[in-house]
Order: sequence, then structure tokens, then C-alpha cells
Amino acid sequence: MPENAPAIDITGLTKSFGDQPVLRGVDLTVATGTVCALLGPNGSGKTTIVNILSTLLPADGGTARIAGYDVSRDGARVRAAIGVTGQFSAVDNLLTGAENLRLMADLRRLGRTEGQRQIDDLLNLFDLREAAGKPASTYSGGMKRKLDLAMTLVARPRVLFLDEPTTGLDPRSRRDLWAVVRSLVDDGVTILLTTQYLDEADRLAHRVAVLDQGRIVAHDEPARLKQQVPGGQIRLQFATPARVAHARLVLADEWPPAERAPQQPAGADTTTLQIDLPATGTVPALRALLDRLDDQDVPVDHVEVSAPDLDDVFFALTSTTTRKAMQ
Amino acid sequence: MTTLSHPIGDSVIMFRRSLVRMKRYPSMTIMLVGFPLLFLLLFVYVFGGTLGAGLPGGGGADSRADYLAYVTPAIVLMAAASAAQGTAISVAMDRTEGIVARFRTMPIAPGSILGGHVLGSLVQSMLGMGIIMAVSVLLGFRPTADPAQWLVLIALLALIAFALTWLTVAFGLLSRSVETASNTPTFLMILPFLSSGFVPTASMPAGLSWFAEHQPFTPMIEGIRGLLAGQWEWATLATAAGWCVIIAIAGYLWARSLFRRPATADH
Repeated sequence: MPENAPAIDITGLTKSFGDQPVLRGVDLTVATGTVCALLGPNGSGKTTIVNILSTLLPADGGTARIAGYDVSRDGARVRAAIGVTGQFSAVDNLLTGAENLRLMADLRRLGRTEGQRQIDDLLNLFDLREAAGKPASTYSGGMKRKLDLAMTLVARPRVLFLDEPTTGLDPRSRRDLWAVVRSLVDDGVTILLTTQYLDEADRLAHRVAVLDQGRIVAHDEPARLKQQVPGGQIRLQFATPARVAHARLVLADEWPPAERAPQQPAGADTTTLQIDLPATGTVPALRALLDRLDDQDVPVDHVEVSAPDLDDVFFALTSTTTRKAMQ
Repeated sequence: MTTLSHPIGDSVIMFRRSLVRMKRYPSMTIMLVGFPLLFLLLFVYVFGGTLGAGLPGGGGADSRADYLAYVTPAIVLMAAASAAQGTAISVAMDRTEGIVARFRTMPIAPGSILGGHVLGSLVQSMLGMGIIMAVSVLLGFRPTADPAQWLVLIALLALIAFALTWLTVAFGLLSRSVETASNTPTFLMILPFLSSGFVPTASMPAGLSWFAEHQPFTPMIEGIRGLLAGQWEWATLATAAGWCVIIAIAGYLWARSLFRRPATADH
């Protein structure tokens, strides 16, 4: 492996299916030992990127290097370095769970002892020990998904592509998988993960890349991406609608009610008031706001502050580019 | 990683996988062998008495026994065609299950994936043909081949099975679903009827008789028939082997190009 090459290095990647462009020049670098989450609406090209990086699909233009090896020229070396779990389960349904893993160990030339050791570890890790002797066709969807991932991890590939790995998993299995991903990263594995779940990207990824209309429209740490959208909201709960009206009056000059308050029901009898917080200096603003209410003797029953989450970021970024593209 | 590709080792691993799959799915093997077996019994016991009497030089004491000897090569070939149908099904199953996509992202020799299927089907095919031969002998067929002719016969049957298997691997790759894959090679089961396998071609109408004489299955069947009767018919054997080589190469090249085609175009 060439020294100091980033695990994944993509420049100007393009791909069209027929006259339908799917990737319009994707640039993305993922440092060794980090997790990058690729977010994007359906059809934005996430799976196409994974297919190109895993040598399943040739790119039309641009370059992609995995561990320093070019995917189009050095496919065999790329395949030796990677592990791929696609969106659809890739297990042999007629073989048992253990036989599926053994097949992977044999194809990766692990040898009898080392192969068996890894198979045992993976069966334990994914809680498949009891089902190991049963044909995969008898597994539930979640179990197949786990077996699929276990098969990908045989021989410990250094770069992993996980295309929506937790789709179809129950909440507990999702958490288990997150733990597995974290331990892999601790061992220095690089992971490119596509997901529809923004909380998953938030919890797992060092960096998030947002793909929209075949281009990367943002690539940063989750926390910094969140700073790009206007700050959160404060939700004040009062005892009576009269107090809400009073609070509005008191705050009106500096803190007008939030325009974007979808969960606030229309009508005069509401007992809550929502106000946008500035993106910077949130804490001083919050303190000043509450001090003002206190000075004017408007008692607040309950305060709730919500920070922007990746959902807000995602919708803000993807809708902007969609709008631009339409102009 | 010292070497990146182990074509033979990988093929052996894939072959073992095929054998396990056959063991796990015995109903398929039973169906693939059972079908030609049914035809053997049908043609010998239902049609055999009448058809045997119509054979050139027929009308002997036991026309059913004559027909058993006449039809056995065609049914043996049918067994190979039937097993080949199974190849198309298992190749298509692999493709729909997405495991081929996994293999293609792994550091293994690409040919070994199809190679494993071909080796597995070869075993299934030889097994099927062996069972047909054994049942035929059980029913009273007495081949007069000498050991050398038996050896050439086995080689010819293996070559036929190999050729048909590569062709049906391509069919399996071509199919969008397992159902299509099991239907496409059906013509391989029909083709023996339009050959010298069941009745002499001379008894057919002119156009059909011309087709029957020139289609690839006729020299294969005639070659098998000659060897079983203890005769060396070199020209026929050469034609049969030639057809097998052509079908095998065409099937292999076709399968290879289909296999390289991206499996999915979705995004």
C-alpha cells in the first residue's frame, strides 16, 4: 500500500446512465481511519459512488483511488483492500451462516485455524452463534443483514463500504452495529457509509458529505454543518394564553415570534411561544431573553431549547441546490 | 497478500459451494434426473413396442428391446440437457440473490465464479447420464462397447455436458429472473426429438429430415449409439466433438461478456 495515501480519494467523478447524468463531478477525500457518511436523497447517486469504488461499475470520467490504487487500472488490488455490504443482502441462502462465513474465509485464503477463529469471533459479535448451523434462507431479514455484514468483515478489510447498513434492522441491532463500526474505526479501518438516517450519520461519522443532484454540496464535521443553518429555537410554556400575549408584547422589539414554527397550533388560546435563537451567541441571547421576562414579571412554566439537527442541515442544503438547479 | 489471483483454487472453492448447494436442494437434482428417466420409461414401455417395429431392420422378435437400444443415446443426451437447465437456474439464482455482486467486489479470479457452476453442473450431468445408462441396462439394454469405446464414450459425454453447461450459464446470466432461466433452455429438451434420437430421420418429412440430419444433436446421438454398439464411427465422432467445441466456445464467450456487464444500473 502506497504510504500516506488517503484511504479514499475521488476527483471529478462522473457517471451517466444513458443520457441521465447521475454523478456530475464528485470530489471526496476520506482520511485513513475515519468514517465518512454520505447523505443524499434517493437517486442522488450514493449507490453509484459505492458501486464505482468497489469496482462493480466503471466511471465515465474522473479518478477514484482506494488506498492509493486506481479503481479502473488496479481493480484487483482495490478488491483486496475493500469490504462491501450493499443495499441488498448478498448471502448464499442455501448455505448455513457458518458455511457462508467459511466460504469468505476460504476465498480470502485465511487458512483453517485463522479462518475458524475469525468465524467464531464474528458469530459472537453479531449474535449469530445459535443460528450458525441453519441455512441462511431460514434467517429473518435482520439476521441476514447481520450475516451479510459479518461476511464483509472476514479477513478484516482496511476500507469498508457500507451502503445503508442498518436499513431493516431493529433498534437494538442498529445500536449493536454502531458499536461494531466504532470498534472497527478504533482498529484503524476506514468506512464510507451511506445512510438515510441522519442520527446515524451524526453518531458515527467524523465527516458528513451531502450529495445532491450528483454533486457534493457540503462536506464537513457534523457539528460544523449544523452551525451552517440558523441556530435553534426556544419554546416557552406559560400557564395561560394571557401570559403568552404579555410575553409577546414584552419581547416583541428584540425577539419576535418564530416564523418557522410548524408544531405551534393556530388560534389565540395557545400557551406556548416559540422564538428563533441566533446562530452565534445563543447562550447570552437565551439569558437576556429570560432576564427580560423575569424583569417584567411574566412567569415561565417550562423552557425547551432545541438545537438544529442534521435534518435541518440536510433539508437546507439539498433544497437550496435543487432550487438553484431549477433556475 | 502475496498473490492476488488463484483461478484454480478459487474454482475449487466455488465447486465445493455448488456441491453443498446441490446437497441442500436435492429436489432440483431429483427433478433434473427424474425427467429424462420418465421419458426413458415412457418411450420404452408406452411407445417402444410400436416404434421398435418401425426401425430399419425392425420387426424382430422383441421390438421393445430394439427400441430400448435405439432410444437410450437420445435419453442420455436429454439427461445432459436437463442438467444444463439446472445450471441456468442456479446461475440465475446467484444473480438474483446478489451474492455474485459480493464475489465481484472480492479479490478472486472472476472466471472461478462461473467455473464453479460449470464444474458442479458437470458432476450433476455425468451423474444423470450415468443413472440413465444404468437404468437402461437394468431394463435389458446390453451395450457391446469394448473398454476403449467406453472411455471414448465417457469423454464424449463429458464434452457434451461441458458444452451444454457453458451455453446454459450464458442463458442463466441473460435471464432477468429464475423463472425465465428455467424456461429458456427448454428447447434443449425439445431438440433431441427433432434428431435421429427417437426415430430415424428418413421417416420424417423432407424439410424436417434435413434439419434433423444437420442439427448438432444428431451426430452426438449417432456417436453415442455407435460406441454403445461397439463401432468406431470416426467421422460422426469428429462432427460431434466439433459441434461440442463450437458450442462450448460460443457459450463461454457469451457468458463471459454477459458476466462482465454491470449487474445493476440502479442508483
